[in-house]
Amino acid sequence: MQNNENIIELKHISRTFEDGFKAVEDFNLEVRRGEFVTFLGPSGCGKTTTLRMIAGFDMPTEGDILLNGRDISKLPPNERPINTVFQRYALFPHMNIFENIAFGLKLKKMPKDEIRKKVKKVLELVDLEGFEKRSVSTLSGGQQQRVAIARALVNEPEILLLDEPLGALDLKMRKEMQIELKAMHDELGITFIYVTHDQEEALTMSDKIVVMSEGKIQQIGTPEDIYNEPQNAFVADFIGESNIFNGIMTGSMKARFAGGQFQCVDDVPEGTQITAVVRPEDIEITDPAEGQIRGKVISVIFKGIHYEITVQSGRYEVVIQSTKSAAVGDTVGMKVAPDGIHIMIAEDHTNVFPVDMNRNHRLEFNGTELDTSLTQLIKGSRRNENHELLDENGEVIDPEKIHISAAIEPQDIRMTDDVDDEQVLIEGVISNLIYKGDHYSYVINTELGQDFIVDDEYLWNMEDRVGLILPIDKMRFIVKK
Amino acid sequence: MKFSRKTLGIPYAVFLLLFVVAPLVVLFYYAFTNGTGEFSLKNLTDFFSDPNTLGTLFYSLLLAMTTTLVCLLIAYPVAYILATSKMKSKPVIIMIFVMPMWINFSLRITALKEILTLIEGNLAFYPFLNSVIGMTYDFLPFMILPIYNTIVKLDGSLTEAARDLGANERRAFMRVTLPLSMPGIISGISMVFLPAMTNYVVLDMLNNSTFIMGSLIGSYFSAHNWHNGSMIALVLLGIICVFTLLTDRGDEKDARTGGALL
Repeated sequence: MQNNENIIELKHISRTFEDGFKAVEDFNLEVRRGEFVTFLGPSGCGKTTTLRMIAGFDMPTEGDILLNGRDISKLPPNERPINTVFQRYALFPHMNIFENIAFGLKLKKMPKDEIRKKVKKVLELVDLEGFEKRSVSTLSGGQQQRVAIARALVNEPEILLLDEPLGALDLKMRKEMQIELKAMHDELGITFIYVTHDQEEALTMSDKIVVMSEGKIQQIGTPEDIYNEPQNAFVADFIGESNIFNGIMTGSMKARFAGGQFQCVDDVPEGTQITAVVRPEDIEITDPAEGQIRGKVISVIFKGIHYEITVQSGRYEVVIQSTKSAAVGDTVGMKVAPDGIHIMIAEDHTNVFPVDMNRNHRLEFNGTELDTSLTQLIKGSRRNENHELLDENGEVIDPEKIHISAAIEPQDIRMTDDVDDEQVLIEGVISNLIYKGDHYSYVINTELGQDFIVDDEYLWNMEDRVGLILPIDKMRFIVKK
Repeated sequence: MKFSRKTLGIPYAVFLLLFVVAPLVVLFYYAFTNGTGEFSLKNLTDFFSDPNTLGTLFYSLLLAMTTTLVCLLIAYPVAYILATSKMKSKPVIIMIFVMPMWINFSLRITALKEILTLIEGNLAFYPFLNSVIGMTYDFLPFMILPIYNTIVKLDGSLTEAARDLGANERRAFMRVTLPLSMPGIISGISMVFLPAMTNYVVLDMLNNSTFIMGSLIGSYFSAHNWHNGSMIALVLLGIICVFTLLTDRGDEKDARTGGALL
């Protein structure tokens, strides 16, 4: 049975590049006719690749793209009733504005009168009446953008794809175009799929937002959902400003984090490890005595409609947006209403990675021998005179047949600049960081392809190359035969 | 001590005077005088009334045009494939086309001559064909490089936009890629056509005894007939000037970048 409401459905779409990089992984999305859908995420999250697969410039390695229930994933771009507004406009420099816009219509062999009429109409729509004879190079960035939109819209596509179309415009122009695009969408009733890394743009314009990170969908929802009920720390951190804390449930709708006890509205079983997200505007500054937690104001920045106040409370830094100011050095109390706290069950951040048994029958990771006793690890095992490992039946254990994993907690890993340090087991590059109130949580991409999550109280930079020190006494080993 | 821009320009101005202006003046003087040093238009009328000279002019034009066309037909696909492919060894393949230019010119043509003799038996059977082959071999890189440079700089999203708007691959090429690579083509044509008009060394070495403009001037000069020789050179200069002006518009941007690679 096909649902006629859905104009396009993406089913289990994956795109793996030739070098093995997974740009998009198991992407599932349904878009209803006339919807304004935004793919939102940092650069490299796979949003543009997904858009290019819908347009037909890229083919999914797996999965189907259904347009009105028909699989189009193998159709070339010119046979899809979909048009694109490119990031850098991609206007044809050897044609004037009229020829640019008429390009698609001429290919359809439409009569000349009709083409002229349609071009005139669409130029009115984008507010560029009488620009037909102008050449592309005489237009400003904003005007070129409008021509690019007109060139796509004049073909009356079923879906309009927009790839960061406002990225090259200045702030004021961008705001204006946001409103105009939204108005155009409402007027024409065409389905828009919009790609941006600008969360404010996404929140302003969309009916539905798809938040992406590292090729995977993090959350799909209305702008309100995404902002108010982020599903994980990534979404909370990416959308708007957030205070993110690790904590624990201490009772029914009671949580403990940031050194305080809070009432919340999410019913999560007692004892569950949680991540609590509190928006800066949901924190109220009170007298020290009345606050759920207390702290010292360390900075106050005037932001026009509000003050951004940073308070140090114990080990935690709390960011508050308030219309009332405070003085640096003051001790203040802070209060959060139950519905201002968003509880997420903490993802398990324990790092688990495979280690090998080498020919010397010792544990090895990334070419370094780990100083640990295998005889204790493998029950009933002992070493013979050749230092080979024997199992309980006295037979030599084949390194190929034994699988050992090591586990280590994020806070037990140390990072160092000095990648040549002999304690360093593996090098990697910081690919992600989230501030969690009293520490930063980092994702390190290592050369083995294994990602490590590391908690550290100091700020490191994205793309920093670091060595990871994994203390052997903090590792737990799991043996699988 | 400070030099003004003008002072720094003096060496070049001297060079220009000695090696460009002075020879031109001499050329003009000889072209418009007769043996006794009096002003005369006879050399000009000689040029256009002598069927031999006109025939040579026609032959030169035909040879240059054929060479240019053959170069273009080979160079465009090569440049296009090189510029649009994702090959990692691209620079190596470009090198293969450019490298013959590092070898001494006469050595190259001599080698070609041997190969052609081997195939044809006697070079005298196909003088025109041999000259075209020789000049194409010699000038091909000058056609490939400017075209390659133009195509490689084309914004890939332009062809994608054409495809997106409903053009199949052939249409997208005809309506977008080809028109946008015109500057490179024009640049290439002017870099091949002009030398092909005057280069008589290739013909000479390939035993093509037909006169072209260059050899005609040479023969007049070696017979000490400065006056008629100068006039032919002057007429040729005029033709080249007209041709350059015609192609100048497309040439401006790309000739420099094309030449820079050589």
